[in-house]
Amino acid sequence: MKETQVVVVGGGPAGLAAGIEIAKSGGKVTVLDENKKPGGQLFKQIHKFFGSREHLAGTRGYEIGTKLLEETKELGVDVILDAPVYGIFEGKTVVYSKDGKQHQIKGDKIILATGATENTLAFPGSDLPGVMGAGAAQTMINVNRVLPGKKVLMVGSGNVGLIVSYQLMQAGADVVGLVEAAPNVSGYGVHASKISRGGVPIYTSHTVKRAMGDGEVSKVEICELDERFQMIEGTEKILDVDTICIAVGLSPMSEIAWTIGCDFTFIPSFGGHVPKHNENMESTLPGIYVSGDISGVEEASSAMEEGRLAGIAASEALGLYSEEKARELKGQVWKRLNTLRDGEFGEKRKLSKKTQISRYMEDANE
Amino acid sequence: MNRGVKFTGVPSMEEIKACPGTPSEERFEKGPVVAIECVQKIPCNPCEAACPFGAIEVGSSITNLPKLDEEKCIGCGICIPKCPGLAIFKIHKNYSEKTSLVEFPFEYLPLPEKGDQVPCGDRFGKYIADGKVLGIKNDKKNDGTTLISVEIPKEYFMEIRTICRGGER
Repeated sequence: MKETQVVVVGGGPAGLAAGIEIAKSGGKVTVLDENKKPGGQLFKQIHKFFGSREHLAGTRGYEIGTKLLEETKELGVDVILDAPVYGIFEGKTVVYSKDGKQHQIKGDKIILATGATENTLAFPGSDLPGVMGAGAAQTMINVNRVLPGKKVLMVGSGNVGLIVSYQLMQAGADVVGLVEAAPNVSGYGVHASKISRGGVPIYTSHTVKRAMGDGEVSKVEICELDERFQMIEGTEKILDVDTICIAVGLSPMSEIAWTIGCDFTFIPSFGGHVPKHNENMESTLPGIYVSGDISGVEEASSAMEEGRLAGIAASEALGLYSEEKARELKGQVWKRLNTLRDGEFGEKRKLSKKTQISRYMEDANE
Repeated sequence: MNRGVKFTGVPSMEEIKACPGTPSEERFEKGPVVAIECVQKIPCNPCEAACPFGAIEVGSSITNLPKLDEEKCIGCGICIPKCPGLAIFKIHKNYSEKTSLVEFPFEYLPLPEKGDQVPCGDRFGKYIADGKVLGIKNDKKNDGTTLISVEIPKEYFMEIRTICRGGER
């Protein structure tokens, strides 16, 4: 059986950043990813990122992905692709499949950076071809260069819904409208303004009543909602569309963490059940770390920072950093993370993260 | 009814006037200047470093709204493509007796050509008036964000912010 110091499950922004930090400290690390290409969702992010200019703000997501990959290469991080991990067994043995065969790799430490998955929405006709996740549409246009449809209705006004709407328009589709059940836009105003300037009507307090079509979507009926989120009769509107994109949030991909027995806590603003962890991103199972969307759905910039944090902490635990050096490095990452969780959009996430860590501490003190 | 960016996706005139990135009425009279229509505290600060004249300040907390020093701003527009939110516009109110010049970021294809008459729209993409394309900047350092300047009737300098997508009037 292959052995290494750290096994990272997931090669998106969090997993790659974790791998980079471990390699930087002189550690041996293997990153496993089920996809054929590393980078997670970064390579579909064709927009310029927000954040601090020291940390690549203003750079397009796919360019950040390219930089991460160059760094992993330079540092000699072992990345195994097309390798879905389906279990972690006693003694931190990670089992994955590759080329149709089962493989095992044993690590002293494990970092779970499995990401998140899109939520779905059920309505009459939601099983018709043409109804898809916004992330799927984004993969089609930005990775595979295929336009999923010409006339799109977007459901959900979080940053995913807003950004994918914009990118669908850039790819040549018409976004005939965006519906949002809440009375206000939930993503960044600047993203909403981009699609507004492009003439997309934003229907707040609205939802999809049903999708219609013979074998594929050809029309959608939308409807206004009252303050209790009940449909208001007589407010229905029918729009001609061939595609309905669902962008109603993400949930952490936490199956592996559940099966190995990590303790979870329920934090709705992070996407539901998330593993409890401490300030080192270590879960309730010693030597098992979490980072990125699995530890609470946020965005790529904070995922990378959490990956760095987990990487540095794992290196420290392996004795690759002195306590003092590790404290300094982790302090820098926490400072950047706190900045990313500032302001009217970040405050809630900052509080949620505090709650999540304090619930870990409560258990530890019992 | 425009109740503001959180409800409509577009900042209201009140929000724009109250934001520290908006030049004063007197400054618009004096010559080209940028208008930073950034009204929400999001963690972002590339505009600050983009300005070679030190006219934009975000400060130590990166969620502060960018503050424009309108005396230092010469209206060069270098900051426009650096804003990931595409929320900075260059405005030359008194471009001529009857016209203003508005420069905005544009990330769609096809691009118009210099000299074209194009339908120009407001922040909702609603057609306001025709404008004449005077400049297209597509430098490599702008990383895919094209800057387009249009000459428009002066009365709409605070309204026109784009070319209507699809060419609709």
